[in-house]
Amino acid sequence: MNVGIIVFPGTWSDRDCEFALSSFKNVKSFFIWHKDSIPKNIDAIVLPGGFSHGDHLRAGAIAQFSPVMKDVSKFNQEGRPIIGICNGFQILCESGILPGALIRNKNLKFNCSFVNLKSSKSRKFTSLIPENKILKIPISHGEGNYQADNNTLNALLENNQIAFQYCTESGLINNDSNPNGSLNNIAGIVNKNGNVLGMMPHPERSCSLDLGSEDGNLIFKSMIKSF
Amino acid sequence: MIDKKLLKEIALSEPEYLKICELLNREPSPLELGLFGALWSEHCGYKHTKLLLKELPNESDKVLSEMGKENAGVLDIGDGLKIVMKVESHNHPSAIEPKEGAATGVGGIVRDIFAMGAYPIAILNSLRFGPQDIPRNKYLLNGVIEGISTYGNCLGIPDVGGEIEFEECYTTNPLVNAMCVGIIDSKSPVLNAKADKEGDLAILVGADTGRDGIHGASGLASQSLEEGSDSRSAVQVGNPFLEKVLLESCLISGKMKGIVGMQDLGAAGLTSSVIEVAEKSNLGIDLNLDKVHTKEEGMTPYEIMLSESQERMLVIVDPKSENKFLKFFKDRDLKANTIGKFNKSKNVKIMHMGTEILNTPVKILTDAPAYVLSDKKPEWIDNIQKYIPSSNKINDMGKILEMILKSPNISSKKEIYSQFDHQVQLNTIVLPGEADAAVLRLKKGKQAISISIDCDSKKCYLDPEIGASMAVAEACRNVICTGATPIGLTDGLNLGNPEKTDVQYQITKTIEGLKKACLEFGIPIISGNVSLYNESNEKPIFPTPIIGAIGHINDYSKAVTASFKNIGDKIIIIGDKIIEDDDNLLSGSEYQKIIEGKLSGSPHIDLKKELHLQNSLLEIIDKRLINSAHDVSTGGLSLAIAESCILGGVGSDILLDATNKKSIYFGENRSAVIMSCSPKNTKKVSEIANKHNIDSKEIGVVTGNNLIINQDINIKVERLKSIFYNQSG
Repeated sequence: MNVGIIVFPGTWSDRDCEFALSSFKNVKSFFIWHKDSIPKNIDAIVLPGGFSHGDHLRAGAIAQFSPVMKDVSKFNQEGRPIIGICNGFQILCESGILPGALIRNKNLKFNCSFVNLKSSKSRKFTSLIPENKILKIPISHGEGNYQADNNTLNALLENNQIAFQYCTESGLINNDSNPNGSLNNIAGIVNKNGNVLGMMPHPERSCSLDLGSEDGNLIFKSMIKSF
Repeated sequence: MIDKKLLKEIALSEPEYLKICELLNREPSPLELGLFGALWSEHCGYKHTKLLLKELPNESDKVLSEMGKENAGVLDIGDGLKIVMKVESHNHPSAIEPKEGAATGVGGIVRDIFAMGAYPIAILNSLRFGPQDIPRNKYLLNGVIEGISTYGNCLGIPDVGGEIEFEECYTTNPLVNAMCVGIIDSKSPVLNAKADKEGDLAILVGADTGRDGIHGASGLASQSLEEGSDSRSAVQVGNPFLEKVLLESCLISGKMKGIVGMQDLGAAGLTSSVIEVAEKSNLGIDLNLDKVHTKEEGMTPYEIMLSESQERMLVIVDPKSENKFLKFFKDRDLKANTIGKFNKSKNVKIMHMGTEILNTPVKILTDAPAYVLSDKKPEWIDNIQKYIPSSNKINDMGKILEMILKSPNISSKKEIYSQFDHQVQLNTIVLPGEADAAVLRLKKGKQAISISIDCDSKKCYLDPEIGASMAVAEACRNVICTGATPIGLTDGLNLGNPEKTDVQYQITKTIEGLKKACLEFGIPIISGNVSLYNESNEKPIFPTPIIGAIGHINDYSKAVTASFKNIGDKIIIIGDKIIEDDDNLLSGSEYQKIIEGKLSGSPHIDLKKELHLQNSLLEIIDKRLINSAHDVSTGGLSLAIAESCILGGVGSDILLDATNKKSIYFGENRSAVIMSCSPKNTKKVSEIANKHNIDSKEIGVVTGNNLIINQDINIKVERLKSIFYNQSG
């Protein structure tokens, strides 16, 4: 699988994503500058974390107009896999590829820490996550508070689009385990078709036990196997 | 004669002005005077410290840079890897405008690192504030944290560690020091802040030059802050996004053919950047100010030369490659213009609107005076060194322990470091709060580095020399507690007004203390920064020599953290004065501050014993004999044990001789480390300690849910946790 990692000015987890993906056989990563188009040989897209265009105006608000986003949109229409991580999730929401919006954390403070995640069953990006497995993956954001109107939320629930929810170590989804005030503890969602994943936690940061967890690999592995 | 008000604005004294006239053989022009003010400022010219700083050891077989000649110091750690590091202060800007002051402090130190061709891999902070029950102090703390968080997080550089102290003396004058560490791999060159030859060109890259930060180096950094003075315009405003773009672009350009050197624009902006490069290169330069891209029209040459606008870099290139570099930066949406050409004249010549407006020898501009400081001990220091025996009637040791644990100098800083991205770049294998130092892998085999930044200012107040030696010892001990061999230091010296004789004594002794410890440990100081004129209510701050230490680990699977891990592990104390209960152990301790409310006595460190401790600990960790190591520092022995319990979520049962309980439990003036190890290893540990001629003693066992020390202390670890993490209110 050839993975294209989109680089905006201000992106910083591009190299981290490349590093995490380098541990998988048969995966090659390529950086794609935001002014370029997506090459023909690319099978999956990662929109990595960072502060694209300095988060000026709003996180992701300017990046949606970068030239490469036209190709990203086309990539989505063709049903091919896209993962937006952190700032990538914000860009996907701003550009309308995913529903909802990410606003400032409830306590108005940036938060970098490990969180626990419960994942939904039977979605392509979570297919290899064992049942009842609680994932330990870090977050690192100031604007990760997911919000949506009632209709959107109902649609997300109906279509099993909520991919990840913040929970306690034992799997309880409650206020104490919600790090940013997200609606229904939402940490990540997929589109209706299941080919686009947006998530605030950084799976690439939990790619080795040296770093405290390798649970993030399960998400990348699921993508590689399912698409 | 020159206007005194003008001289004050640029922080030059009358004798200094006369000296300038003598060197020039005429009166300086207003522009020239501005340049002198900046270059002869304390901040750029090190007038009061350069004679002393020369004495500091700065060489070893690993050091590649020449002290003071480059943007930061460089260490060769083998395998083609080089480490670059430096600490810098942004105290006065942060006192006036905490968020922007702290943010641009981070920006400045990061630029120093990538100007060397190094990729920044870690930021650390060393902060000092006044007591938090004063609203303005709280505002300063929150602003500084927000500034570091906003700027640092945007750059994608992990903020992996730091330290904070709260003392009265920092009330109106907080200290905000930032340290940055970078790495250069075998494929990348080390960049120097130099031109090679006549004809080389200076390209100014990055932000527009504006009217912000004028007199930052002279007016703000080199004088005491004045009540009610409005120096806000001397504080720069940062743009971290632009810095990130500049960082990535400069590092690529550093590998392009035709690159000659790179110099960051920091304090005193274009003036110090261009003129210091010319001086180091032994060349002159023709500078054309019409080529400098500015934020607004009509800026005067004075403003352009002294602006401290952020996110700018001077890139020095071979003339044949000029167009290639200009196009490269333009393609990356950065403004870049060739503003100067180096020549053999040894003069700096400035053109503005087609006219020559300045032509002055570089040598005279950079020849700042060097003052000899008094080393006469002030009487008040003699007085505070007389130990006042404990008069407090609290005899419940558990209660005292809880009171000290609650002190903001000791309790967890999680609330702060969770606002900093400490994991980006995927190297942070020991997270903030887990050990005495941060550990970062280098993604090359099992190599890692360990970094710590330290200073115990209360000890420096009582005895500047011993306090400075202790800062070096603690920084080294902290990286050793993770299993790393210390290889280099960076020093951030924060002191009061050097024109006062008692501060002169503090400066002299501080540097002497650093020197003694460095020589004893055989470790070089490879970079640093001096910040003087730090005063609150006309009293100098405690001398605060902040020491950043870097250690090297060959195999990070051997790295050790501070938490107790296994029930049944034996707890061992190793070090100097581990069983004595000399009253003086309490001098300058957190106990004195919290319980007695007054600091007194003579702090103590035996540098030889300290070195023995460090060497034995390195061998013990290298042989994988222990499961945790935590040094005895602020709060003393009982707090060190309590912290290892809190981090591990387990209790411990301690038995030790304690006739003078307070000094045994809470005394700090000992070089000591608390370790835990499997029972089968205790003998080997004590053998190694013996071999290195240092005491060790088994004092207890990891067990249960309570911290128990003799009959005196018995507290649930859950309770300690809630105090430590400030959950009890």
